[in-house]
Amino acid sequence: MPLEKPYLDVPGTTIFDAEQSRRGYWLNQFCMSLMKAENRARFKANERAYLDEWPMSEEQKQAVLARDLNRCMRTGGNIYFLAKIGATDGKSFQQMAGSMTGMTEEEYRDMMVKGGRSIEGNRYLGEDGDAQPHRQPQGAAGRVAKGA
Amino acid sequence: MARITASVYTSHVPAIGAALDLGKNHEPYWQKVFAGYEFSKQWLRENRPDVIFLVYNDHANAFSLDIIPTFAIGTAAEFAIADEGWGPRPVPKVIGHPELASHIAQSVIQDDFDLTIVNRMDVDHGLTVPLSLMCGALDPAKDAWPCPVIPFAVNVVQYPVPSGRRCFRLGRAIRKAVASYDEPLKVQIWGTGGMSHQLQGPRAGLINAEWDNRFLDRLIAEPEQLAEVPHIDYVREAGSEGIELVMWLIARGAMNDDLPRVRHRFFHVPASNTAVGHLILENA
Repeated sequence: MPLEKPYLDVPGTTIFDAEQSRRGYWLNQFCMSLMKAENRARFKANERAYLDEWPMSEEQKQAVLARDLNRCMRTGGNIYFLAKIGATDGKSFQQMAGSMTGMTEEEYRDMMVKGGRSIEGNRYLGEDGDAQPHRQPQGAAGRVAKGA
Repeated sequence: MARITASVYTSHVPAIGAALDLGKNHEPYWQKVFAGYEFSKQWLRENRPDVIFLVYNDHANAFSLDIIPTFAIGTAAEFAIADEGWGPRPVPKVIGHPELASHIAQSVIQDDFDLTIVNRMDVDHGLTVPLSLMCGALDPAKDAWPCPVIPFAVNVVQYPVPSGRRCFRLGRAIRKAVASYDEPLKVQIWGTGGMSHQLQGPRAGLINAEWDNRFLDRLIAEPEQLAEVPHIDYVREAGSEGIELVMWLIARGAMNDDLPRVRHRFFHVPASNTAVGHLILENA
């Protein structure tokens, strides 16, 4: 019997389940290694060389190098592990979370101050809320994508 | 005999700790958060327990993907503050209560809940931010937390995570365990994490204040029914990280069956990415 996954119809959301965890095992363990100051220094000195010490997929390595957290999530990363990359870069959770939406830091912060992202239209795939696939990316990146 | 006198519920957002540690707590943005805890700090001074049993989750700090315990009880004499990548928070180390923790582990495990017993565990913001909110800023060297703390870590990071029902029943088992401890200790149980928030993907920043407030209402008045809410409802309605709220049901399950006295209730949006909820309930 396959794993039961009732959460696959939630838009804009990756649940860190056993399958994602298997896929992202080395990506996440690489992130854990950044809790040590000497590893952070080695990573910063030569990111590619440090990543090559880990049995990660090329796509995972590219996602880390590009700091593309959505791609890191898709390939098995978990936000609490990925946060160690953010800490290495001096980024807060708000900056990291915001980076996954396409909004600028200011746009995302403003959204939060105004009460956060609305649940309306964002419960199920196929609705029309701002987290739905057809409305990505949001904010400044979305305007660039549309040529506005 | 020992007894549980009260329960405290609060979000444990890391940015709250950072705001306090960097002295930003008087900025208007943060003042709105900390104002909700002014009463609570006074209440804790007046109702100081002998031990705090603190339910929280580790955020990939003490536990990597090597070992993922569903429920982990800290039985050590003390716990160091974790370096989460930004350096350890400048707060006092956490003094444990090995005797009560071991007693609870024995009682609860023999009551069919399979806890993992942990003697070495650095504690992260999930545990220290609630203490800071309730105690205010403390000097890491000169000051101490008001009493020993038993850390109780719940896996809400990698699925499967425990159900609300199991958390509520575990709370009841903890109540029974405390009540059978010989020393006349006053014990508080704190449930932390939540409320609605999502830290990942295009849906990051989700807040559902209506759902959160309904959760608070039901936690007070009908926790056993609330415990039946399935995971998918938390994820869909309160965001992927809103699942942390199942931990509040452990603390609530440890309270008496009578309706508790609501000493304090606070709700505010936002702290960073998160809705902040806070309750103090006393056993009637």
